[in-house]
Amino acid sequence: MCMAVQAVAIDSNGHEPSYLKHKGKYSGIKGWVFSTDHKRIGILYLISIMTFFAVGVTLGFLMRLELIAPGRTIMGPQTYNEMFTIHGVIMIFMVVVPLIPAVLGNFFLPILVGAKDVAFPRINLLSWYLYIIGGALVLISIFLPGGPADTGWTFYIPYSVRTGTNVIFALFAAFVLGFSSILTGLNFITTVHRLRAPGMKWFKMPLSVWALYSTAWVQVLATPIIGITLLLVAIERIFHVGIFDPAMGGDPVLYQHLFWIYSHPAVYIMILPAMGVVTEIIPVFSHRTIFGYKFIAFSSIAIALFGSLVWAHHMFTAGMSDTGEFVFSLLTMLVAIPSAIKVFNWIATLYKGSIELGPPLLYALAFIFLFAIGGLTGVMQGVISIDMQVHDTSFIVGHFHYVMFGGTGFGFFAGLHYWFPKMFGKMYNKKLAKVAFWILLIGFNLLYFPMLIMGWLGMPRRYYDYLPQFHPYHLASTICSWVLIVGLILMFTNFIKAFRKGTTVTERNIWGGETLEWQIETPPIHENFVKIPIIEERPYQYKDNELLADKQEVI
Amino acid sequence: LSTEAQVHTVEHVHRDDEGSRLGMWLFLFTELILFGGMFLIYSVYRYTHPADFHIAAQELNRIIGTFNTAILLTSSLTMALSIAAIQRNKIRLSIFLQFLTVLLALFFLVNKYFEWSNEIHHGFYPNSETLLNESSGKILFFGLYYVMTGLHGLHVVVGFVMISVMMRFTSKGIITHDNFVKLENTGLYWHLVDIIWIFLFPLFYLIT
Repeated sequence: MCMAVQAVAIDSNGHEPSYLKHKGKYSGIKGWVFSTDHKRIGILYLISIMTFFAVGVTLGFLMRLELIAPGRTIMGPQTYNEMFTIHGVIMIFMVVVPLIPAVLGNFFLPILVGAKDVAFPRINLLSWYLYIIGGALVLISIFLPGGPADTGWTFYIPYSVRTGTNVIFALFAAFVLGFSSILTGLNFITTVHRLRAPGMKWFKMPLSVWALYSTAWVQVLATPIIGITLLLVAIERIFHVGIFDPAMGGDPVLYQHLFWIYSHPAVYIMILPAMGVVTEIIPVFSHRTIFGYKFIAFSSIAIALFGSLVWAHHMFTAGMSDTGEFVFSLLTMLVAIPSAIKVFNWIATLYKGSIELGPPLLYALAFIFLFAIGGLTGVMQGVISIDMQVHDTSFIVGHFHYVMFGGTGFGFFAGLHYWFPKMFGKMYNKKLAKVAFWILLIGFNLLYFPMLIMGWLGMPRRYYDYLPQFHPYHLASTICSWVLIVGLILMFTNFIKAFRKGTTVTERNIWGGETLEWQIETPPIHENFVKIPIIEERPYQYKDNELLADKQEVI
Repeated sequence: LSTEAQVHTVEHVHRDDEGSRLGMWLFLFTELILFGGMFLIYSVYRYTHPADFHIAAQELNRIIGTFNTAILLTSSLTMALSIAAIQRNKIRLSIFLQFLTVLLALFFLVNKYFEWSNEIHHGFYPNSETLLNESSGKILFFGLYYVMTGLHGLHVVVGFVMISVMMRFTSKGIITHDNFVKLENTGLYWHLVDIIWIFLFPLFYLIT
C-alpha cells in the first residue's frame, strides 16, 4: 500500500491554527478583506458570488413567473427586457465565469500543486476587489434613473448605442469583471509554472489543475478582446465616435465577431473547470485510478484550442460567406471530440470500480448527464440548417442553461460537496444533501427541457408574451422553476447549517482521496503545508483496490 | 523522508524573479490582444474604405508623428540603459536615465496635445459638423485615430507614472543591483508602449 505522495513530518511542532483562526496583521472582518491568503480569498469569492447568484436566480424566477400565462402577467415588455439583460450580465460575468476558478480554484489550486499560495497573492486580492467594483457597477445601473440596460447581455450594435438605458454602467461592469478574470488567469498560469512542489512533473499534476491551467490561458488570451470591444461601445456612446454604428459607416457584424471571439471561448472558461472538478471526484468515489490520464489532460488543452476558433457559429444567420459557414460548422463539431473523450474516460473509470454513491458523486454524475444533453444540443446547432431553424428560439436558451447551469452549476455543487468538509472542517447532512440533489435534478430537467421542445416548435427567446399553443410548456417550466428553487434553498440551508453547527471533521482524508489536499490538516493551516511535500508518484493511484490489484493500468 | 534535502529550492518563494517576469509577459500578451482587437477593426475598415483612408491620412501632421516616433524610440534606449546601469550598480546613472525616459514621455504627450488640438481646430473630432459631412470612411478613420492614439497615450501616462515610481524605488534602495526585477518589468511595459506606437505610426501617418 503506497500513498501517491509522502508528506513529511507534519506534526513536528504541535498544532498550528487553521486558516480560519489564523491571526495575521489584521483581525475580524479586516483580517478577511485585506487577507492575501488564497483560501480566504476563495471564501470571499464564495460569499460574493453566491450573493449575486441569489440575485440572478430571483430575476430568473420573476421572468418565469411572467411567462406562466400568455399576455402580461406581472411585468411589461420593457421590464422583461431589462430583467433578462441583468440576469444575463450577472449570471455570465459575475457567476458562471468566475464560479469555479475563483472559488474552488483559488482555494485548491495552490494546495493541489503543493504550494503555500498563488504566485501573486496581492494581485489575487486585487482581482476580488475588481470583482466587487464590477458588481457594484451592475447594481448602480439598476437603480439609477434611465433604468437598467435592456440590450441583452450581448450588447448588440446598433441598439446598444441608441437605447436610453444605463448601458454604459453595464459595459464598464463587464470590462472591470473581465480584468478581474484576466488577473486570476495570469496568477494561475504563473503558479502552475513556478510553484509546483518538487517532483511534480507536468504529468503528475492532478487533472483539475490541467483544467484550470487550460482555462487560465483562455482567460488571459480571450478576455482582452471583449474588454476592448465593450470599451469601444462605451466610447461610441459617450463621445459619438464612429466605430460600429452603421449610421457612421461602421459594421455591426464586425462587432458581433469581436464579441463572440471572447464570448464563445468564455463558454469553455465556464465548463473546463467543472470538468476538472468532476475528474477529481470520479476516481475517489469509484476507488479506481483515473482512466486515460493523458487523454483527459490533453483534451482540456484541445477544448481550449478548438473552443477559441468556433465563435462565428453564433452568427450563421447574420451573414457570412459559405466558406466561413462551412469552416465554423466543422470546427464546432470538432469540439465535441475532446469533450466526448472526457465523458468516455469518466465512464471507463467508473466501470468495474467499487462505486460509493456519496453526494459529490451524485452531482458529478448529474453533471455528465446534463452536460451530455447540453453538449449534444450544441452539436445540433453546429449544423447550419438546424441553426437557421432554432436560432434565437428558446431552444438556445434551454441548450445553454443545460451547459452552464447543468454543467458548470452542477459541477460546482459537486465540488462544494466534495471539498466543503476540507474547507470548513464541518460535515453537512448527507441524507439531506441527497434529497436536495434529487429535487434539484428533477426541477432542473422539467424547467429547461420544455424550453428545448417549444424552441423547436418556434417559440422565440427574449419575448415576454407568447402564442396560446406554447402555454402548456411554459406552465410546466414555470412550476418546475419553483421545484428547482426549493432544491437550491435546501442545498444551501444544508451547507449553512453544517457551517454553524455541523459535526466537526478533523480527519484529513474523509473521502479517501489520493491528491495533496487530503494529506494536510482539516481545515488547512495558514500556509497549507508545514513542509512542502515531495511528489514521487502520479495522482489517483488506488493500488489497494482489490479489483485492480494485478492489472494496474498503464497509460 | 529521504529527499528532504531538495526542499530548499522552493522554501523561499517570497522572491521569484522568473515568476514575476512570466507574470509580466502574460500581462503584455493581454495588452497586445487588447490593441490587436483595434488593429483588426482598422484592417477591416481600411479594406472596405481604402480610398477614404488614403485621403483622411493626409490631414494628419506627419512631422509631429515622426518626431514622436523618434522620441519614443530614444526613450526605449534610455530605459534599457537604466537597467544596464543598475546591473552595474551605478545607481545615480540609472536614476538619471530613468529621469530622461520620463522627460521624453512628457515630450511625447506635449506633442500629442498640440497635434490633437490642431486636428480639433480644423474641425476633425468625433461628432463634429465637418467630420459628419465627410465620407463614412473618413469618419471611421478619425474615430479609430482618436481611440487608438488616445488609448496609446493613456498607456504613455501609465508608463510615465510607473517609471516615476521606479525612480523613487531606486533612490530609496528598494531597487538594487541584485534586485531589479521591478525596473525590468517596467522596462518591458515601456517597450510594449513603444512597439505599439511603431505600428500606429505607419498605419495612420504614412499611408498617404
